[in-house]
Amino acid sequence: MAQILIVDDSASMRNMVATTLKSAGHQVTDAADGQAGLNKAKSSKFDVVVTDLNMPIMNGIDLVRNLRALANYKYTPILLLTTESSMDKKTEGKAAGATGWLVKPFNPDKLLATVARVIG
Amino acid sequence: MPIDMEQFHEVFFEECFEGLDVMEQSLLIIGQSNDPEVINTIFRAAHSIKGGSGTFGFADVANFTHVLETLLDDARDGRRELNEECIELLLRSCDCLRGMFTLLQAKKTPNLDQSIELIAAFERILRAKDTTVNTAQAEAVIQTSPEGSGSMLSQNSKNDVNTSISTDNKDTKHWQITFVPEPQILLSGNEPLRLFRELADLGKLDTTANISEIPNFADLTVDECFIRWDLELRDSSASKEDILEVFDWVIDECTLNIQLINDNTSTPVEATTSEPSEAPMASSQDKLTTTDGLSQQIASTDKKMAPDVQATSSDKNSLSSSSSSIRVGVDKVDNLINLVGELVITQSMLSELGNNFDITKLEKLSHGLEQLLQNTKELQESVMRIRMLPISFAFNRFPRMIRDLALKIDKKVELVICGENTELDKTVMEQISDPLVHLVRNAIDHGIETAEERIRKGKPEQGCIRLDAYHQGGNIVIEVTDDGKGLDTTAIHHKAIEKGLIDSNEPLSENEIYDLIFQPGFSTASQVSDISGRGVGMDVVKRNIKSLGGRIVVQSKLDMGTTIRVHLPLTLAILDGQLVRIGQQVFIVPLITIVESLQVKPELVNRVSGDMLMYRLREDNVPIIYLYKEFSISADNTDIDNALLVVVESDGQKVGLLVDDLLAQQQVVIKSLESNYKRIEGISGATILGDGSVSMILDIPGLIAASFRRSKAKRQFKAA
Repeated sequence: MAQILIVDDSASMRNMVATTLKSAGHQVTDAADGQAGLNKAKSSKFDVVVTDLNMPIMNGIDLVRNLRALANYKYTPILLLTTESSMDKKTEGKAAGATGWLVKPFNPDKLLATVARVIG
Repeated sequence: MPIDMEQFHEVFFEECFEGLDVMEQSLLIIGQSNDPEVINTIFRAAHSIKGGSGTFGFADVANFTHVLETLLDDARDGRRELNEECIELLLRSCDCLRGMFTLLQAKKTPNLDQSIELIAAFERILRAKDTTVNTAQAEAVIQTSPEGSGSMLSQNSKNDVNTSISTDNKDTKHWQITFVPEPQILLSGNEPLRLFRELADLGKLDTTANISEIPNFADLTVDECFIRWDLELRDSSASKEDILEVFDWVIDECTLNIQLINDNTSTPVEATTSEPSEAPMASSQDKLTTTDGLSQQIASTDKKMAPDVQATSSDKNSLSSSSSSIRVGVDKVDNLINLVGELVITQSMLSELGNNFDITKLEKLSHGLEQLLQNTKELQESVMRIRMLPISFAFNRFPRMIRDLALKIDKKVELVICGENTELDKTVMEQISDPLVHLVRNAIDHGIETAEERIRKGKPEQGCIRLDAYHQGGNIVIEVTDDGKGLDTTAIHHKAIEKGLIDSNEPLSENEIYDLIFQPGFSTASQVSDISGRGVGMDVVKRNIKSLGGRIVVQSKLDMGTTIRVHLPLTLAILDGQLVRIGQQVFIVPLITIVESLQVKPELVNRVSGDMLMYRLREDNVPIIYLYKEFSISADNTDIDNALLVVVESDGQKVGLLVDDLLAQQQVVIKSLESNYKRIEGISGATILGDGSVSMILDIPGLIAASFRRSKAKRQFKAA
């Protein structure tokens, strides 16, 4: 069981990810944009951060960069939610410090497997 | 564990519809604004729809939005300009997607003709400007048939890893892996230990850490990794792809060497047997890539994700199961909770009082009841407010509509929207939407002149249509104003005579002439256009508005413009009523219809024909309706002299209702008579009064029509 932060501007995606993770016993907090996610990350410590890339106010790449600058999140697994068309974003995300990615469309089992993988 | 994806669908659809609205609005302003946020907003909307569609199993939508996104991505990065053609296509795509989602929401399979046509159009644009655009991928999109999304799944080539192995074997492979991470690998949250744990799932793993590179303690940086590993994976069924998948996230942060040392079974076997969990569709491709020694492409792990089963396949319930929902602001709900809290306090106070009541506590009781009244009233208002939505929900479709119409008929039109935050009952809003569209179309088509004509008249070239909404008393008023040519009263008069709607020598007031445009079959446009002028329309508009209990008023000045003002009740569930008494019965007259109430002066009563009495009200002659005769009940006062007359108006027709007494004015909750009893002419519904008695609500237009019909029949009977 882990504390997981999910950041996505799409409520249905947040819902789906959160429900899936909760079903596996994780505790989930969500945020609708990068800035909100960053604020939540600062106020409590999460074991894993899952973030979308395209969001208003602060995008996923900037969120990763900002998180990595925090002492608390130096080694925290951060997963990007990407689509196959934004594969070049993977590189950008990696450069910013992301741990890995989940390629949309993904199914709940894949999500759980990936999260289980980073929690170790 | 099984997770039902359907539970997310409703939110997803709502989100998509919202996204499409945002996209449409942004597309409409993108011409005027060069704010990069506008294109970003459009891109985000398309991107979210695509991502969600893929995840929730709507492959057709995902494929379609993928092409949209490609174009938008180019535009966002400044590689492409969104010209009129693109914007037009994008707007059409919004419509197309909206249609697809509507069908998907109803669990039906969307028709793909339009989306395929649009995809092809986008492809042309993409290819025309940039031939290097991934045509292979684009074609894959076109070819994707409704039943398969498989071909869309990407195949990422990983040319940076050389492969020397071309066969896959069973269970007994022995891999040797050298893993040399770059020092900063830990800083991306990738823990080598985790990778090894995963590798260990693939077979028997031996790890040897090589610590020769670790620097002196003084030079050691704690968050850097200097260890390299030699790994031996034995008794494994894993293919090279499986191993690469483990290292997928760190492939650019390490040097990786994978070698097949020993292969006990020499018979090559198909990839499917080594990867039994894979979707069958992927296997043929795997076979191709893995058995072909030339190919350095390693099919990406993505392929393993079997495409989600299409939700559309479930035709089991073809009927839409969606319930309409409403979004309510948290403040409204909080307010409601507060009020309920107060109600509970009042209730407990009163029940405490009732437990040991004596006459000394009377004052306390009346105080408590007063408080209860106040609570109930506030609660009622608060609950009604939940059903209220800002009228922008109805207004928002107009910018797009006006743009399209203006383009089609080559007129220049600007739209001004005011009062879009005015709140209106959801049901009323849904029903007023179509009449409003009609009024706006009419304003563009018939009202606004062509640019040349406007210049000739000394008006600005661009016409203006104004939508305005505001509260007035217990009503909402919606205005559609244009600065066009206005209504030509003489032309309307002539036309009406020509069509035989009125008598040629009948003198008509201006308002009566305006009312003619609401007659069925009336159209002044000499040519029927595509948009309006078929002569159906205004009468339908009027009928719809009437059925909502509203009324419509026209104001116009030749060459200056026309204002059409629609008055509507704020809600359909509650009515402001005037209680009137006839004999023993109490009836309710909708307050909105009442012009005035007066005491009859005998000298102003005129007998016209038969038993029809007219009352002279200033310049009007108002027919008098005896309510006790209409409903065959007994009244205290059957004499017209000094009686009370309630003058009501409907469709511009005033009548006087003879009543015995005027009682209170109050809000009443409308209960349907039809669902509880049956329809009665002249009665629109019923309500329960404070004393528990049932009271009928008068249907004024129905009453007037019925009464006129009867007296006309009587006249004809007498004439015969």
